[in-house]
Amino acid sequence: MSKLVLAVPSKGRLMEQCSDMLARAGLSLRKTGHVRGYRGEIAELPEVEVAFISASEIATYLKNGRVHLGITGEDLVREQMSDAETRVALERKLGFGQADVVVAVPACWIDVSTMAELDEVSAVFRREHGRPLRVATKYLNLTRRYFTSKGLSNYRIVESLGATEGTPAAGTAELIVDITSTGETLRANGLRILDDGVILRSQANLVASNVAPWTPALQAIRNGILARLDA
Amino acid sequence: MVAETAKAFAALERQAHVIMSAFIAAGHEAVSPAVIQPAHYFLDVIGESLRARTYVFTDPDGDELCLRPDLTVPACRLHLERDAEAKLPAKYCYNGAAFRFQPQGSDSTHPREFRQAGIENFGDTAREAAEAETVALILSALKAAGLAGEQLRIGDLGLFRALLKSVAMPERWRQLLMHRFWRPDAFRAELKRLVSGTGQALDPKRRAFIATLDAGDKEAAQADVAAYLDANQIELTGTRSLAEITESLTWIAADAKAPPLSRDVAAFIESYVAVRAPARDAVALLRDIAGRAGPEMAQAVAAYEDRLTLLEAAGVDIKSAEFSAEFGRNLEYYTGFVFEIVLPQLGRASPVAGGGRYDRLLRQVGAPRDIPAVGAAIHTERLLAAINGDAA
Repeated sequence: MSKLVLAVPSKGRLMEQCSDMLARAGLSLRKTGHVRGYRGEIAELPEVEVAFISASEIATYLKNGRVHLGITGEDLVREQMSDAETRVALERKLGFGQADVVVAVPACWIDVSTMAELDEVSAVFRREHGRPLRVATKYLNLTRRYFTSKGLSNYRIVESLGATEGTPAAGTAELIVDITSTGETLRANGLRILDDGVILRSQANLVASNVAPWTPALQAIRNGILARLDA
Repeated sequence: MVAETAKAFAALERQAHVIMSAFIAAGHEAVSPAVIQPAHYFLDVIGESLRARTYVFTDPDGDELCLRPDLTVPACRLHLERDAEAKLPAKYCYNGAAFRFQPQGSDSTHPREFRQAGIENFGDTAREAAEAETVALILSALKAAGLAGEQLRIGDLGLFRALLKSVAMPERWRQLLMHRFWRPDAFRAELKRLVSGTGQALDPKRRAFIATLDAGDKEAAQADVAAYLDANQIELTGTRSLAEITESLTWIAADAKAPPLSRDVAAFIESYVAVRAPARDAVALLRDIAGRAGPEMAQAVAAYEDRLTLLEAAGVDIKSAEFSAEFGRNLEYYTGFVFEIVLPQLGRASPVAGGGRYDRLLRQVGAPRDIPAVGAAIHTERLLAAINGDAA
C-alpha cells in the first residue's frame, strides 16, 4: 500500500514548532537514516512517510500533488496558487508562525494612511517623477491581487528576496509589501503599515492537497491525524 | 482554438488574408512588429496588473522581456522607430500572435495564444471621422470574412470627461473621479466621500495638523511639515521629497475645507453613468443631460451625434447599436470613443472585435506629445469559430 506523504519544514524554528505541535497530539516525529537526510516518520503512524522540505517549497509540492499533506504558512499557499481554493484545503490553523502580510510606506508619508490615499499619491507621483511607484516585495501575486482589489494600477513591483524593509530608505522602491509579526523591523526602518494595509493574517496551517493521489485508505489516515490534532 | 492542425492553420490563414486585404485596400500599411517586446512598455503603460496576464521573462542579459499581450503597443513603438516625434500621420494594419495567461485555464474563446488582426490610425485630427472609419472598416472586414448577426456596442469617455468639466467642483475632484471611473465600486465610494465631506475620515490628530497648513505659503507649509515630523520623531526617508508630501497635504487640507459636493451634482453624475440606450435614442437623453450642464458637455454630445452621422454615412447599421455610458470602464488606456462587436453566441464577455481612441498611448511609449490615435483589433480565432458555428 502506498503511504501518505506529509511535508514538514526541513530546518530551523518552524521544524521545531511542527515537531512540538505533533508531540502535543501524541505523534513523535523523527528523522530516518542520516541525520542530515530529508526522510522521516511518525512512530505512531507507520502508514505515514515524512518528507522534510524547504519551508518555501512545501506549497509548490501541495499544488502539484507531490505530497498529500503539508505544514506551511497560509501566505505561501495564497502567494503560490491563484486557485488555492480548488488545489488545496486549509485543514487546521496550527497556532504558530503567525505573521501578517502588510503594505507599509515611509512613516514620513503623513499624507498617506489608506490604500485610497496611496492611490491618489500614485497618480501624482507618476506625473511628477515620470514613472510609477515601485513596490518591493517577494509576494508578487498577493500584492497584485490586493492592489487590484483596492483599485490601484499605477505601480510597479520590484522583486525583493531579502532586506525588503530597507528598500525605501535605499531608494530602490517607494513602499513595500512584506511579512511582519511584531512590526518592530518595520518601525526600525522608518516604515508604517497603512490603516487598511493588512493583506493577510497568516499562520502555519496543516494543508491537504486536493490533487494528490488520494485513496480511501489514505483519506482515513488523514482523518485520523485531524482527529488527533483536534483532541 | 489555437490552430494546431494544418487544416485549422490554413483556415485561419485564409481568413487573415481576407481581413488584411480589406485593411490594405483601405490604405493601411501592413506591418509585423516584434513578438518579443521589452516588458516595461507594457507594465508602465497598462500597469502592474497586466503582468499577471503577460508572459514576462528575463533574458540571459538580465533584461525583462515579454511575449506581446497585444499588438497596439508594439505598433506604437514601431511607428516611433520610424518617426521619433510622430510628426506625420500613419495608418497601419497587422495580423499576428498575441499571448495572455488565462488564470482560469485556457479554452477556445480564451486561448493563451491567439491571433489579432487589427488597424491603427495615428495622427489623424479629424477625430470623429477617423473613429467612424475605423468601425466601418472593421465591420466590413468581418463581413468579408463571412460574419453576420453581430451587434455594435459603443461608449465615449469624452462625454464623461466633458460632464465632469461642466459641473462645479475643484479640479482635483474631477481628476479623482476620472481616475476612479474605471472601477464602479471605487467610483461610487468616491462620490459618496465627496458628498459627505472629505475631512470626516481623517484621524483627529492629522485633521488638526492639516487644518493649520497654509496652502498659499509653500515655504511656511514645508517648514510646518518638517517641524511636525521632528516633533513626532519621524525621519524623512525615501524618494518623495518634503515638498511633494507638503503639497499633497495642502490638497487634503483644501479638500477638507471645500464645501462638500452637492447631492444634486452627485445624482446628476450618477444619472449620466446610468445612461444605456440604443445609440440613436441616447442622443435625446444626452441632450437632456447637456441642457443641465455647461457648454463642454454640449460640445461632446455634438461630437457624439457627428460620429453617429458619419457611421451611418459609412454604411454602418446603427439601428441595432447600443450606447452605454459605463462601457469602456474596464479599458484603462482608452481616452475617448470605444467600441466592441459582440455576437449572441459568444456573449458580451467575449467580443469578436473591439477598439477605440487612445490619444495618450504614443506619448507614454516615447512620443514628445499626445498624438491622436484610434485603432481596433479582431480576435481571429473567435471569429473563425463563430463563422464555422463551433462556438459554444
